[in-house]
Amino acid sequence: MNGFRIALLLTAGLTLAAGAMAGDADAPPLGLPPVPIPEANPQTPEKIALGDKLFDDKRFSSTGEVACATCHDPKKAFTDSPLQVSEGIEKDGKKLTGTRNAPTVVNAAYMTTQFWDGRSPSLEDQALHPPVNPVEMGLPSHEPILEIVRTDPEYVEAFKAVFGKTGDQITMDEVTKAIGAFERTKVSGDSPFDRYFYGGEKDALTDAQRRGFDLYVNKGRCVSCHVIEQTQAIFTDGRFHNVGVGINDIQDEIPTLAGEYIDAGITGEDVDIEVLGDKRSSELGRFAVTTSFDGLGAFKTPTLRNVAVTAPYMHDGSKKTLRDVVVHYNNGGVTNEGDPVNDFLSGGIRPLDLTEDEIDDLVAFMDALTSPEFAGLPKSLGLEEK
Amino acid sequence: MTDSASRRDFLKGAGAAAAASTLPLSMVKLAFADPAQDFTFAYISDSHIQHIKGNEFVRNWDRGLIRAVAETNLLRPKPDFVMFGGDLAQLGTKAELDHGAEMLSKLNYETHMVMGEHDYYLDLGEYWSRLFGDQHYSFDHKGVHFVVLNSILTFDEWTHERWPTPEQRMLEMAALDNPNGSPFMVGEKQREWLRQDLEKVDKKTPLVVFSHSPIQKIYKGWNFWTDDAEEVQALLKPFDKATVIYGHVHQIQYNQIGNIAFHAVMATAWPWPYPESYAQAEQHMPVLTVPMNRADPFFERDATGWQFIDVATGRVAMDYNLYNNTNRRVAFDATKGHPVDTAYQAEADRIPPQDHY
Repeated sequence: MNGFRIALLLTAGLTLAAGAMAGDADAPPLGLPPVPIPEANPQTPEKIALGDKLFDDKRFSSTGEVACATCHDPKKAFTDSPLQVSEGIEKDGKKLTGTRNAPTVVNAAYMTTQFWDGRSPSLEDQALHPPVNPVEMGLPSHEPILEIVRTDPEYVEAFKAVFGKTGDQITMDEVTKAIGAFERTKVSGDSPFDRYFYGGEKDALTDAQRRGFDLYVNKGRCVSCHVIEQTQAIFTDGRFHNVGVGINDIQDEIPTLAGEYIDAGITGEDVDIEVLGDKRSSELGRFAVTTSFDGLGAFKTPTLRNVAVTAPYMHDGSKKTLRDVVVHYNNGGVTNEGDPVNDFLSGGIRPLDLTEDEIDDLVAFMDALTSPEFAGLPKSLGLEEK
Repeated sequence: MTDSASRRDFLKGAGAAAAASTLPLSMVKLAFADPAQDFTFAYISDSHIQHIKGNEFVRNWDRGLIRAVAETNLLRPKPDFVMFGGDLAQLGTKAELDHGAEMLSKLNYETHMVMGEHDYYLDLGEYWSRLFGDQHYSFDHKGVHFVVLNSILTFDEWTHERWPTPEQRMLEMAALDNPNGSPFMVGEKQREWLRQDLEKVDKKTPLVVFSHSPIQKIYKGWNFWTDDAEEVQALLKPFDKATVIYGHVHQIQYNQIGNIAFHAVMATAWPWPYPESYAQAEQHMPVLTVPMNRADPFFERDATGWQFIDVATGRVAMDYNLYNNTNRRVAFDATKGHPVDTAYQAEADRIPPQDHY
């Protein structure tokens, strides 16, 4: 599988450079492969620093109050935990909200597509969309951003140093390349699991975590989508699955809604606006991007690294704790046992027959996926409530 | 943000985009002489609904049929009708046939049924016929003559005299590589009906025949086979354009024998063959003697699917809707004179179409 992935990346004009994470480390953290760096956007310390600055700049929103870092807060493992869905610009005294839970930027560098529905092919492309989404940063176009980076003295100097460009030569291409370069430094492994599985530290996991690991790769079937390989673990297959979240709430409306969506022929930027602006369209998932039936209600498998500190869970943030998530899977893709299963449920999702203790062990295992730099953040395991 | 403003924008977009509407399944219509006669239908097959006990049915098979029905209902453009290709049930019981019929009743389209051996050999099709009607019949639609055959009959002696119970008869016919089994056939009586039915039809009329087993001989041990295939083919031979679409084999097959194009359809239940690696837990599949790789054993729907079929100037193009996989299209190529797998195989890798046994 990994050989196949690498081949794909290479054909897409990317190279894999070991030690490419200038800024953080010379080699990837334990448990992670080298970060894929696009040929067209090599890492430099200056570019990364520029990206960091752009990432934090609130002026790239219509109200001057929302930056990338608002929803991807470095102090919250690059999420906006504990918000269920992200909050954008304020309008009429109220913050506008989207339809989806902010995914972490940490390790997004390894994702083969971006956004929950994969509607963006790269970090660079991804960075184009939130500034002009009406419920996120609310700009009418990218012009206000370009105006700032072409005139603000610090930016003028930085863009000249990094890209050798000034004035109208600076476009969103340079802006998003800098942001992408910064995001590629946000990789994080070295978790207790990594030390146990890749580092040979037998004591790095507790008994419960070790039992949970066995369930993870066997009875729980987790590993089939949240992939762990012999030398590395990104904890995602990069694919899209209908796991019975979100779509379960709009089952009766799917025939009408899917038909309307096909007929409307929504593409490009309009998909971004539609799925974040309308809850029902959002729940169409990958289908909203491809109009392929296999994508109905399907969302990208997220990484599980640092999952304990990035609550709430699932694309819609509808699960408060990791235990809630495991219970949902244990029920075969429904939150409450006996609820109707949606017609388009992915074939891998079925009742797991886990005992209460086994559910706890699986949650304990996921608690072992937190990297040291995020270990101090509040957790949402759901074990204490029992 | 489910406010009416955004919904209005959405619907406004619907009108504007109608001219450039996109089709699901990446369907591309081939250019044909008389587009007025083009139409589409959907084909679902081999759901093998299986009763365990009480209200319990095999979940995996249920989910396969439920999903195919739900997706078929979403098709744009809407199909003119739906075919169900046989083996609705696993062991032909009322419970299985009723449960399957209930799921099929959710289809928003007229549905035509084909008899499979798993539907038949418990009560020789009696309950199936009460639910769905005739076991062989024909109908005309937009200039095409459609025939449905019951191709899974066999020798009278095997059917009526050999087995102590109907249940054992059903199980013997359900088994693969079974020395006690018997080859499928359309039979003399039904062939005579077919001869008379086709006699009335102009030979320039496109002809499409639906059967459960292939009306060609592929592998006898699994009844990928119809014993009187040659006799049936002889009746189809006078037609300019004849196509046979069959279920039973749970995989994509296509072939050309003389003027007759053959297409197989996918099952919604399980793929043939399936690998030993799938058999991790208690399961309800018949014992298989020839294991083969399945792309991804984790995904219960992998290597299953259903099809959407374009009929244009009397020839068919099969769009295979495959879960967790790349959809495939096998379309009749008028210049080559046989079905062509449009994307899957490189030209040089293709097995030449069979024109004799």
